[in-house]
Parts: sequence; structure tokens; C-alpha cells
Amino acid sequence: MTSNMIPPAIIFILAAFLIPFLKGKTKSIYMLLIPVATFYVLVNIPYGNIWTYEFWGYNLILGRIDKLSMIFGYIFTIMAFLGILFALKVKDDLQHVSAIVYAGATLGVVLAGDFLSLYLFWEIMAVSSTFLIIASRTRASREAGFRYILVHLIGGLFLLAGIVLYTQKTGTIAFDYIGLTGIESYLIFIGIALNAAAIPLHAWLPDAYPNGTPTSTVFLSAFTTKSAVYLLIRTFPGADLLIWIGAFMVFVPIFYAVLENDIRRVLAYSLLNQIGFMLVGIGIGTQLALNGAVAHAFCHILYKGLLFMAAGSVLQMTGKIKCTEIGGLYKTMPLTCLFCIVGAASISAFPLFSGFVSKSMIVTATVNEKMVFVYLILQFASAGVFHHAGIKVPFFTFFGHDSGIRAKDPSWNMTLAMGIAAFACIFIGVFPQPLYNLLPFIVDYVPYTGAHVVGQLQLLMFGALAFALLILSGYYPPEIKSINLDVDWSYRKLGRGAYIVMDRGLNLINRVSESVLMGVVKGVVSFFKSAAAKIALFVSVNIWLLLGYRGKRLEIKKNRLYNDILEGTLPIGIGAAVAISFILLMFILT
Amino acid sequence: MKKELSIFDNPKNVKKLLIIFYCSLVILLIAEFFIHPHPAFFFEHVKGFSAVYGFFSCVMLIFLAKILRLIVMKKENYYDK
Repeated sequence: MTSNMIPPAIIFILAAFLIPFLKGKTKSIYMLLIPVATFYVLVNIPYGNIWTYEFWGYNLILGRIDKLSMIFGYIFTIMAFLGILFALKVKDDLQHVSAIVYAGATLGVVLAGDFLSLYLFWEIMAVSSTFLIIASRTRASREAGFRYILVHLIGGLFLLAGIVLYTQKTGTIAFDYIGLTGIESYLIFIGIALNAAAIPLHAWLPDAYPNGTPTSTVFLSAFTTKSAVYLLIRTFPGADLLIWIGAFMVFVPIFYAVLENDIRRVLAYSLLNQIGFMLVGIGIGTQLALNGAVAHAFCHILYKGLLFMAAGSVLQMTGKIKCTEIGGLYKTMPLTCLFCIVGAASISAFPLFSGFVSKSMIVTATVNEKMVFVYLILQFASAGVFHHAGIKVPFFTFFGHDSGIRAKDPSWNMTLAMGIAAFACIFIGVFPQPLYNLLPFIVDYVPYTGAHVVGQLQLLMFGALAFALLILSGYYPPEIKSINLDVDWSYRKLGRGAYIVMDRGLNLINRVSESVLMGVVKGVVSFFKSAAAKIALFVSVNIWLLLGYRGKRLEIKKNRLYNDILEGTLPIGIGAAVAISFILLMFILT
Repeated sequence: MKKELSIFDNPKNVKKLLIIFYCSLVILLIAEFFIHPHPAFFFEHVKGFSAVYGFFSCVMLIFLAKILRLIVMKKENYYDK
């Protein structure tokens, strides 16, 4: 059964390279069929390790199929389908090819059972996603793409170093639970955490993602971070460190999200905040918490994709995406507005929307473990998410002040992609059981209890009351054309400062050593250059004296010989004669 | 051409919406007395704790964000200089 099936990653990556040769409808249908075919493969493969190959004495496992990898495989394939549908009318093969290779590499990472193939797909992911960032073909996107690939290559090196040490220690490249124990586990942890955008290794995300094209950001938002979340669930469940990183991540980015002017940057910071919830779940490490992290990643990919699709539609149709430049778009983009509100309600974990049935598992896990402090932070963040992603994004985009822009809803394929994602968000929210059945552990959790629904609604609605009162009173921070500094400052400004220090300092040393060295060399060279002339002169003058040359004639002869030797115009015969006569003289004298 | 939506241009409609919103808040506070309570921690025995916490979370969020803005906000061309 499986022998005649191709690994999903290979389907995507090979199929991608045919895209430039196809045109029109054939191309559209072909691209949509790639995830459909992959989904068929995923549904039909049995559990266990499949697609194993021998390579230089190591066992490559391209298919580690269990409940955990399958649910991520499903959601990534679904998201690839939605992303391709959303980007169907883009006339840029580079974007299509890199997006599909990127999706394939992500599936490769998720299904990999060994470190070697994992690392290979990991790097393909980094490179192909960089093309999606620079696809905007602006100076800003090029520079952001350059920083993005540098950061990810460094992260990849940490991972590789960890893998090498791990392989040496255990003697196998297969991996499963690792846990934070030795230096190699920390190196691997850093490599994965960087891709998960874990604070303080997060700044590449809000730096790079908002620079993508309207359609490429949808792919970017789904794959890199959530494949890293998958790996953390696989390798470091129950690592206490993740609880604190996660708690910090749900907390800090929401302040930035409140301040940001660019809607896609707001969404990027709320993406960090949502990953924070997942990391807390992974850190707690109980079955309920891990189920919660997986379920939340699943729902998050859908609603965050939906929100980025809505933002992408606005950018596509108006050419603008900053709060200060847009507003009042509900009048002419009602469908986009409606779908955006569905996405906003889902990320805010409103009852009957997908976030509610997944996030609450993580929150309940903190209650079960009696973590009061973490619980309060998560609740604070829940209110904060509703505030910036749930209200701010739709409010400033589609309502707020009327910008006078009268853009229409985007083309049918973009609207359809948003419609499907919005439907999925509501479906999961109303019928969570199909999702719960896919989770790695058996679910004994009921999201819809009276206390939970009322408590959550109180938290959200009174947060909304605060928003309403602050907006009406004018205390709400006004939208300002600005950027907000994050830790990427360290390598963007400090980096430049370091460059100047290097330039002034190291180049000064360079210049000093150059002048010293050149002085010495010049001296030595000129000494040896004139040495030949001086020896020749010494020999010749003695001969000339013997031969009876005196006075002016001797002076002329001396000058001519000296200049001829220095300028190299001396015929080689004379040089040879001098040498021979020198030897003769030595022979005579001794 | 399709007529564009403009229901929120009328201040009356906005006012209606706000009234519905305020009513839903009151309903939520009353609803808590009719459900089977399931407090997570001791402080959740207090009725309306979630409401108060949600409200003050958002006020604190804005307050702290305004302070943060003083530190981190720069002009858009900051990195190009």
C-alpha cells in the first residue's frame, strides 16, 4: 500500500517545479490538486515508521506516522490548499514555486523521524520562505528577507551543532523525546525555539512577515512557527523553561500589538502571543496541556491564516495596510469584513468560535496544576487578545474613521479561501468533537459549561467595555505613523554600530600594520635591489682600475653600470659576465 | 452600481448598538447567579470577578502601552538613517 505512495514532502517539492511550465486554468487546477493528492496520501497511510531509507549507514525515516504528526500533517495540507487558493491569481511563478516547496518542506519536518532529513527539510523551509518575503520586490522586503535568512541560518547552525553532538552521544539519528539535559539538548532547543519565535529569539517574525506580499504572508503565518511548535511538543514536553518563555510571550507582544500602526504587524505580534499559549501548554506537559497546545496550533493556523487573508485582501485592493491610512472599508468590502470578524472572534476565543475550544484546554491545565500566577497572566492576555486582535484589527480596518477608500471585495478565489477558513473556524467552535478525536491523547474535556461560557464572556465583554470607554473618552493611544523598537534593534542598530567600531578599530590596525609591513618590505627590497649593483660595481671598479681607467672615464662607467643594473636594462650577457668574473675573481684571490 | 453599506454613518444606529452592548453586559452579570459555579481559584468565588479582571486588564494594557510608547516609538524611517 505505502510502497507505491510518495512521501508528502516529495510530492509538494517535485510538483512545484512543474508550475512554471503550465498556463491558465490547467495551472490553477494543477496547483490545487497538489494538496488534494497529499491529503489523500495522508488519509491512507498506516501508523508506524514508513518511507525508511539507508543512507551512509544511517536510517532516514521520511514518515514517522502517529497521531501527533498526523494532525499537523492534516492542518498544514489544509492550510497549503487555502493558501494556494487564495494566491491562485497571482502572476508570479517564483511565489507559487517557493510557497509550495515551503509547504512541502514543512510537511517533511513534521513527518521526519530522524534528525538528518529533519535538518534537510528545515533548511529548505528557511530558504524557500525567504523567497516569499522578498517576493514583494521592495527595498524594505529585500532587507528584511536578508535579515530573516541570516537569523534562520544561525538558528539552523545551533540545531546542526546540537544534532551532531546528540548523534555522537546516542549513536543514532532517530529522535523522539529529548528533554533539557545536556549541552546538545540546549543547542537543539535554541534552534527549534528560534523557529517558534520564542522570546527573545522572536524579532525576525514581526520584522519579516509584514513585508511579504498580500498572499505570501498567509503561507508564512502558518508553517515555520507551528512546525517548530510541533517539534517542541515532540522533543521537549514538560520543560519548565517553556512555561516561563510562554507566559512572557503571551504578555509582552500584546503591548506592541496595541501600539502598532501596520495591521499586519499587529497580527504578527498577536501571532507571537498565540504561540505563547502553546508554549505554556507544552511546558506544563500534562496530557490535557499537550492536547491543548496541539488543538490550539490547529485552530490558530486557520484563524490566523484567515486574518492574514483579510489583511492581504485589504492590502491587495487598497494598496494600504496602516491604521492611519485605512478605515470605513465595511461599506464596500462587506464579505472581507465579515470573515475578518469571524477570524477576530476565533482568536479572541469567543464561545462558538474555534479559539474557545482549544485555548481553554491550556487555561484549564494551568488550573489543574494550581499555577495561579500563570493562570492570571493567561487570563490577562485573553482579554488583551480580544482587545487588539479581536477589536482593534476589524475596528480600525473596516470601521473607525472613514478613509474615503471605496475598494471592493477581492476576486472570487480570495473570497472563497476566506469563506472556507471562516466556516472551519465556526464549525470547530460549534462541533469540537471531530478535532478532539484527532488529538494525540484521549480527550476528557468539556468546553461548554455554564461557568466557563459566562466567565469567558464576562472577561471579553468587559474588556470590550474598556475599549469602548477609552475610545469614546479619547484616552486610547492614537494611531501614529511610527515604528516600535524590538530586540531586532540589537542587530539592526547595534549591528551597524558594531560595524562602525570594526571599521574604525580593526581597519586602523589594518592600516598601521600595512604601513609598518610595507616600510620594512620596501627597505629590504631596495637593499637587495641595490646590493647586486653594489657588488657588480665593487668587482668592476677593481677590474677597471687594473685596466688603467682613471678620473672622469671611470665615473661615467660607474654611473652607467649602476643605472643599467637598477633599471634592469643590462643585457643578460653582461650580467652573466659580471657573475662569471666575480667567480673568477674569487677563484683568483683564494 | 451596488449601493454601499452605511448603517454606522447614522449616529442613531451607533447609539442603538452601544445600548445593546451595555444590556448584554448587565445580562452577563445577572447570568452568573443562575449557573452552576465552577471556580478555578479562591478569588473566583467572588461574583463578577472575570468581568472586573477583564475590564482592568484592558485599562492596564492601554495604560502600560502608552508608557511603553514613550520608550520604543520612533519615526518610520528610523532604521534608514
